[in-house]
Amino acid sequence: MEQFTHSVMLDKQLCMGCINCIKRCPTEAIRVRDGKAHILKERCIDCGECIRICPHHAKKAITDPISILQNFEYTIALPPPSLYGQYNNLEEQDLLLEALLDMGFHGVFEVAKAAELVSDATRRLLQMGNIKRPVISSACPAVTKLIRVRFPQLIDHVLPLVAPIELAARLAKKDAMRKTGLAKEKIGCIFLTPCPAKVTATRAPVGSSHSEVDGAVAIKDIYPQLLASMKKITQVDYLASAGRIGLGWAESGGEAAGLVSTDSYLAADGIENVIRVLEDLEDEKYPDLEFVELNACAGGCVGGVLQVENPYIAKAKIKRMRRYVPVSKNHLSGSIPHEMLWDTDLTYEPVLELGRTRSERFARYSRMEEILGQLPGLDCGSCGAPTCAALAEDVVRGQANINDCTVLMRRRMEAVLRALGKDEGP
Amino acid sequence: MPDCIYLHYTVPGDDFTRAGEASADLKLRLKKLGIPPEAVRKVSIALYEGEINLAIHAHGGEIDVQITDDAVCMTLSDQGPGIADIPLAMSEGYSTAPDEVRSLGFGAGMGLPNMKKYSDEFDIQSTVGVGTTIKMAVHVD
Ligand SMILES: Nc1ncnc2c1ncn2[C@@H]1O[C@H](COP(=O)(O)OP(=O)(O)O)[C@@H](O)[C@H]1O
Ligand code: SF4
Ligand code: SF4
Ligand SMILES: [Mg+2]
Repeated sequence: MEQFTHSVMLDKQLCMGCINCIKRCPTEAIRVRDGKAHILKERCIDCGECIRICPHHAKKAITDPISILQNFEYTIALPPPSLYGQYNNLEEQDLLLEALLDMGFHGVFEVAKAAELVSDATRRLLQMGNIKRPVISSACPAVTKLIRVRFPQLIDHVLPLVAPIELAARLAKKDAMRKTGLAKEKIGCIFLTPCPAKVTATRAPVGSSHSEVDGAVAIKDIYPQLLASMKKITQVDYLASAGRIGLGWAESGGEAAGLVSTDSYLAADGIENVIRVLEDLEDEKYPDLEFVELNACAGGCVGGVLQVENPYIAKAKIKRMRRYVPVSKNHLSGSIPHEMLWDTDLTYEPVLELGRTRSERFARYSRMEEILGQLPGLDCGSCGAPTCAALAEDVVRGQANINDCTVLMRRRMEAVLRALGKDEGP
Repeated sequence: MPDCIYLHYTVPGDDFTRAGEASADLKLRLKKLGIPPEAVRKVSIALYEGEINLAIHAHGGEIDVQITDDAVCMTLSDQGPGIADIPLAMSEGYSTAPDEVRSLGFGAGMGLPNMKKYSDEFDIQSTVGVGTTIKMAVHVD
């Protein structure tokens, strides 16, 4: 597992170097150099903001093609609850699940089903009370990555349960192995992903040393074919296995509401809001909260950048579908099984630090302030860094030159010209 | 290596929606400097409470920060009304915050006690009618 895996990449051909993206990135992970955007991989949290903003569609999520199904003898689709919000007139889950089978998957396992088990396990963990309060959800991998690089004090607050996707894959694969007698490698669990962060989580899972998810296909890529299959289907089986709580995970606030046992929770969505809440949590501004749910995308997973439908419409559709399903269809029978627990601790990745030793950091810091004093302070972005402070930091890290500042260069040129003019005067 | 990094912040008295900016800014700088997370947290909480007090009790004030290899030292000074009974002000739950401030969730009377709790060195000097100066230090191991 690579230390800094991420799934948002640049299509160099399409990039115009227009700098639209650099200011939008919440972790200042993008620089434009030599006319093209670059992502600093250790800083990227896969939030997808740059994909949303790029007018030239030069930012992409690296996902798997639908043809990945051919790599396995037996394939299982893992549809997330937010997928149900993508289609019109979907009365119940069964039709969509049946259509996935029609498309060529051999089995389906709703991520919402696993989510209900995670809800149940979370309730128990909250009752046991041995995790630092407030407990922070670990379901959005962009948020957990953000905590790892920027909020080390909050690492101990993160819910140490594997995300519903991972749990779904583990349960589905075990099931399929038993049913088919096939070896593990012959079975492929394919997640239908709403966002790049969840793709990364299938490659470098949060809190686990390995992932049972074998591929991630973007919802927008599977959308048309799935729609065609849904139109074809005449008879549906009872395939749905998740209730209201599981479906609720599709949107911001759903995971927290599914805890039932507490109403002392907060749910925030949209990366800027998430950062504000994390800052406040770090300063212990909400001492009485039990649980905090954070989603990098506005609206929650329905707002994922690889979705098709407007997130607010998607929410309304899911709400309608949830009307007649039982509250929850999945409960843990005994204690929390080990496959739901993390086997790897979250670690702090101090990517913000200016150097390796304290003396190097102090020296670079002072130099950085000096450079910043020379820069114009316009934060114009034409040097390719999002702010003057970011350029100063890049310079001390040896990744840029102060002469990259076009304003400074022009001022110098003008000064030279003035000086020349004076010399040549009458 | 420079012996000490100096920072200065002015906390406005009239606009306390801006209180908290200094502690947020300092927090990010300390992370860049690789100050251990636990120390960063202590500084951030202590300074935040101090900033709020400057804004709501003292019509604003000044913050000076010195970061050295072994400590983050903060001096908060103001020319506000001063504090007549310091031990009383330092006691948990004591507050003279007006109702409109309380309605915004401040004024629980835990600011000064927390500033003392989260700093490794704490000193408060105050003269009624002249102002208040608080010195706090958080040790960095
Ligand atoms: N800088 C200051 N200038 C004048 N009075 C102050 C100052 N800081 C604190 N006080 C007084 O001390 C009291 C307790 O402060 P604190 O513990 O922070 O609680 P709170 O701010 O919630 O009232 C305040 O209500 C106020 O009367
Ligand atoms: S927004 Fe960024 S990625 Fe898109 S064209 Fe402009 S510089 Fe390139
Ligand atoms: S995905 Fe998010 S964190 Fe990564 S480069 Fe784009 S905007 Fe920045
Ligand atoms: Mg106070």
